[in-house]
Amino acid sequence: MPVLFLAVLLVGVQLAATASGRAYYLTQLIMAAYYSIVVLGLCLVMGYCGQVSMGHGAFFAIGGYTSAILTTTNIAAARDSAWGHALQKAGILFSWQDPYGSQVLAVSPGAAFAAALLLTLVVALLIGYPALRLKGHYLAMATLGFGLIVYRLLLGSSFTGAADGINGVPGWALTSHLTLTSSNTYRVGNYYFAWGVTLVILTLLLNLVHSRVGRALRSIHDGELAANAMGINTAGFKLQAFVISALLAAAAGSFFTHYTGGIGPSEAGAMKSVRYLVLVAAGGMGNLWGGLIVSAILTFLSLRGCFGTYDHAVFGVILIAIISLAPEGPLKPIGLWIRGAFRALIPSRRSCHGAV
Amino acid sequence: MSQLLQYIFSGITFGSIYAVVAIGFNVIYSTTGILNFAQGEFVMLGGMTAVTFSRFMPLPLAIVAAVLVVALCACVLEILLFRRLRSHTVLHLIIITIGLSIVIQEAALHIWDEKVCSLPYFTGNECSSLKIFGAAISPQVLWVLGTVGIAVALLYAFLKYTLTGRAMRACSSNPDAAMLAGINIANMRTLAFGLSGALGALAGCVVSPISMTQYDMGAGLAIKGFAAAILGGLGNPLAAVAGGLLVGLVEAFSVMSGLPSAYKDAAAFTILLAVLFVRPHGLFGVKGAESVREC
Repeated sequence: MPVLFLAVLLVGVQLAATASGRAYYLTQLIMAAYYSIVVLGLCLVMGYCGQVSMGHGAFFAIGGYTSAILTTTNIAAARDSAWGHALQKAGILFSWQDPYGSQVLAVSPGAAFAAALLLTLVVALLIGYPALRLKGHYLAMATLGFGLIVYRLLLGSSFTGAADGINGVPGWALTSHLTLTSSNTYRVGNYYFAWGVTLVILTLLLNLVHSRVGRALRSIHDGELAANAMGINTAGFKLQAFVISALLAAAAGSFFTHYTGGIGPSEAGAMKSVRYLVLVAAGGMGNLWGGLIVSAILTFLSLRGCFGTYDHAVFGVILIAIISLAPEGPLKPIGLWIRGAFRALIPSRRSCHGAV
Repeated sequence: MSQLLQYIFSGITFGSIYAVVAIGFNVIYSTTGILNFAQGEFVMLGGMTAVTFSRFMPLPLAIVAAVLVVALCACVLEILLFRRLRSHTVLHLIIITIGLSIVIQEAALHIWDEKVCSLPYFTGNECSSLKIFGAAISPQVLWVLGTVGIAVALLYAFLKYTLTGRAMRACSSNPDAAMLAGINIANMRTLAFGLSGALGALAGCVVSPISMTQYDMGAGLAIKGFAAAILGGLGNPLAAVAGGLLVGLVEAFSVMSGLPSAYKDAAAFTILLAVLFVRPHGLFGVKGAESVREC
């Protein structure tokens, strides 16, 4: 039900932005949606499962870079070969025209997306399996270290474009009316695609956390030993949650790269990963709604440049303020306040019945 | 041979700086249970304040003043922020220190600009060098090693032999019992922040001539220092020294072995991950020693 309300709100925002001639706001809203997907995934790991990850930017970057590299590497040699034709027929290879007018034969965005998820799955399992046996600060250090290694490798390797990253990534034509690219003609479609994906993920995660799995995850958060004693496979559940959130981050990274047409190493930087962590914490840790709303608003404002040169500082101050004043997230006190005001305005019916 | 020695010296120099940051982590962690991610910011603040002060006072005085100012800042932070947040979980407190580090960094950016500055060499200048077994090292390296060595020895003596130091250790091993024994835990925590700030600032001053000081140097140092602290085993200052030197040496050797210098950090962290996965409690840590502190 609240998801429907949010959907209506998003449609309203789009109509208002287009009607008032400020359709350019949608661009930042689209990017904010993709970043929010990472936050939602991290929320599952941190808030519900109680495991800190300071390296989620790395998964975002792995997704984005895999898509970018595969769709921009020209394998023109395969054009005339038999297997090249077969793969092109099967939709695994596709041909596109770069801005300079030459034809590029590369892996199609769909196949690249699948490859990105597959690679992330492998990496997340390899890192998650040993790392999730660590606790507290050690887990934080391990994930931070993983993120930094990925960042350094991206920054130092020539095939990832070193400090420049990769530009000129082709759009992803999903249907004849919707291509994931930054061109203005597709902006509204992209907006609905980005937020549609976000809402679907939100719904799926909400279902997950209210299921048996969700209760198991929360029991790990509250007391791993007790959960173990109850017969919950804590190591398995932790790994599952970690892999799910890594896959979400990679998917977001891949969409983001196609949308903006490029990706740079800073996406894997410690600062980005810390930002995701901050947004989850500011949303109230184990609160998917809080995480989504806080991250959408703050990321949008920051991308619009509302905070000017004080961008990071504002982030830091908001973080400190929220954690020290309302550690359960800003939504809970506001919600309680609204409910309180509601009660004060409308005398409760139940008490009337009680009197009769 | 002399080349090897050269790399070892460079590794030890940076390793000793990581060691000081790691000790700073440890001092606060063992007394308060907080992992202070703003530790690197203390180093940066120390260097920056000393550079500013050195414009109108002699160098030694500027350094002393900078150390005092940063220590005071750290104490004020504890009193204004962390003292009020006792009821929060440790994870919340850690996230607050991350926020703090961002805010301090941005404040430094707006106060001092983004230009790189440095203190003058304490003796000689950038060209002067000493020959030790064929390896040429700058006299500043000796300053760094000497200062760090003396600071660590003093800290160790303080914690081991003075009443206040013992009270601090009591807080870390059992806060409730320490309170019952009449130790003012809140003040001990403020002292821990001050001490850690002073150590960081001192490191920031001595390393400034070699590695320069810039507003964004803190985060990198904090991560390396954190790595060193974890590598050695949290809660043990001497293990932190070993961890710091190890990180420094691994970095130096990864450069020597012909890896592109862009991969320097990656090499250090790969070793850290390997150690964490094989010996999760650090090289010198005792298994389960920190479980009391876990949230």
